Amino acid sequence: MLPDHLKEHAAAVAVDAFDADAVKAGKFAHGELTLEIAPAKIASVCGFLKYDQKFVRVSTVTAVDRYPAEPRFELVYHLHSIERNERLRLKCRLPGADAAIDSVTGVWRGANWYEREVFDLFGVRFLNHPDLRRILMPDDWEGHPLRKDYPIMGPRA
Amino acid sequence: MSESGVPELVLPEVEEEQSSSGGRRMVLNMGPQHPSTHGVLRLLLELDGETIVSCRPDIGFLHTGIEKEFEVKNYQQAVTLTDRVDYLAPLSMNLGYCLAVEKLLQLEIPPQAQWMRVMLTELTRLNSHLVWLGTHALDIGAMTVFLYCFREREEILKIFEQFSGQRMMTSYFRIGGLALEPPRGWHERIKTFIDIFPSRIDEYENLLTTNRIWMGRTKGVGVISLEDMLDLAVTGPMLRAAGLKIDARKDAPYSSYEKFDFEIPTRTENDVYARYLVRLEEMRQSVRIVRQAMDGMPAGPWKADAPHVVLPDREKMKTQMEALIYHFKIVTEGFRVPEGEVYQVIESPRGELGYYVVSDGTTNPYRVHMRTPSFGNLQAVPRMVQGALIADVIAAIGSMDFVLGDTDR
Repeated sequence: MLPDHLKEHAAAVAVDAFDADAVKAGKFAHGELTLEIAPAKIASVCGFLKYDQKFVRVSTVTAVDRYPAEPRFELVYHLHSIERNERLRLKCRLPGADAAIDSVTGVWRGANWYEREVFDLFGVRFLNHPDLRRILMPDDWEGHPLRKDYPIMGPRA
Repeated sequence: MSESGVPELVLPEVEEEQSSSGGRRMVLNMGPQHPSTHGVLRLLLELDGETIVSCRPDIGFLHTGIEKEFEVKNYQQAVTLTDRVDYLAPLSMNLGYCLAVEKLLQLEIPPQAQWMRVMLTELTRLNSHLVWLGTHALDIGAMTVFLYCFREREEILKIFEQFSGQRMMTSYFRIGGLALEPPRGWHERIKTFIDIFPSRIDEYENLLTTNRIWMGRTKGVGVISLEDMLDLAVTGPMLRAAGLKIDARKDAPYSSYEKFDFEIPTRTENDVYARYLVRLEEMRQSVRIVRQAMDGMPAGPWKADAPHVVLPDREKMKTQMEALIYHFKIVTEGFRVPEGEVYQVIESPRGELGYYVVSDGTTNPYRVHMRTPSFGNLQAVPRMVQGALIADVIAAIGSMDFVLGDTDR
């Protein structure tokens, strides 16, 4: 159910009309719209936003670690519609244990490296990703450096 | 995944297949120290003769964990980290970060600081494009252009030094305004440079634009469709050379760019040559912006009226109790930023630079993610060089103008 304060935002209304269970919450702050999406719905919502709502670009995919709070991970997607000159932020919350979410590489191929980066640095797995390997850290690295419980000086300190 | 949850070492598969021409396919390891990769990029090229069957970029050699480092610095200290990401466009990196934090703080930046930022960011664009042009031409075999470009770049670096005391890692933009008062005599210095620079762009054009070797090496090379580029998160001059008029300075103006009169150059050929022409025209437009900023520079303060964020003047700090307290608080603890998150996009010389800053209300950023243009652009390399010749790979990746520090962070 779409919260009342989001009803003036066309993108929010459209996503809600597409799938009434998709939008869990949302807010509009600093001129930026954020929609919190149910993790199971992310791929279908992204597909809808790209093909129906003209969000042709995924600007970036990243994550925030809320450790020790649960659900621990926030996956953050920044989308861009050139035609509407509009940006949109999607957010999915994932539990800390065995965090996994559907990949959106099927929607935008450009999400590939961004999801690999999140996998590498946060340890969140992406299902149906074509090439889920570490990208910035060495292949045999242990741990995920951007997690909040990973020591800033590295594991040896 | 192995039992410990660590992904197993995945080595690239080397398949020795019979190729269509009857020979064997070969895997060529280009980089990480190949001079044309401008840093440490490794490309795994699968070849059939001299034709590229597939390409796999391998990045991460320059990963320094800067995003993690942000989390243990306070907001103002973290400005100095941003320079080191894209070291050819340090002021663009400073600007994006400062704008993002200022948005969270809801700070009003005085006009002089905003215009100074515009002027210096455009000089940064010139600086970056000059390095690009020089090295790109060098890769393709035109040595002279490199020397010409670095002659002008030296002048820009001297201007940066005059402003900030640093040639490259300037950190001149700070949250709340500028780091230092603009130096005496900056106007003459920039005017001298700007007056002479357009004729220098003509010199580069004389050397390259109608040069038959240059045209032969760049025309029709490195073509990739606009749809592919949008899908693969490519931004910046690459898109503009494919005919898409996209530029954050016009689409979502920041730091009073809306007050400046300039064009967004576009081409439709979508090859290495078109990208070269787009960037040259961008240099001319940047000169226009710098000139407007220089002539119309508003008077007034160069830092925001926000004593809890901006350090007080030395004089005040020495004579007023309140200023001393603020000084002590800012230096020892930093300032608190209200809880929230912003995504600030600016147009860096390489394309869309986005800062995603999350604050939890303390003095350190909770999370900073840099959406750097080089990272997105590099994803398109395999698509771009497929079916091309090895020599064209050099021209194609040169036309992307990536910086590996910007890619690996």
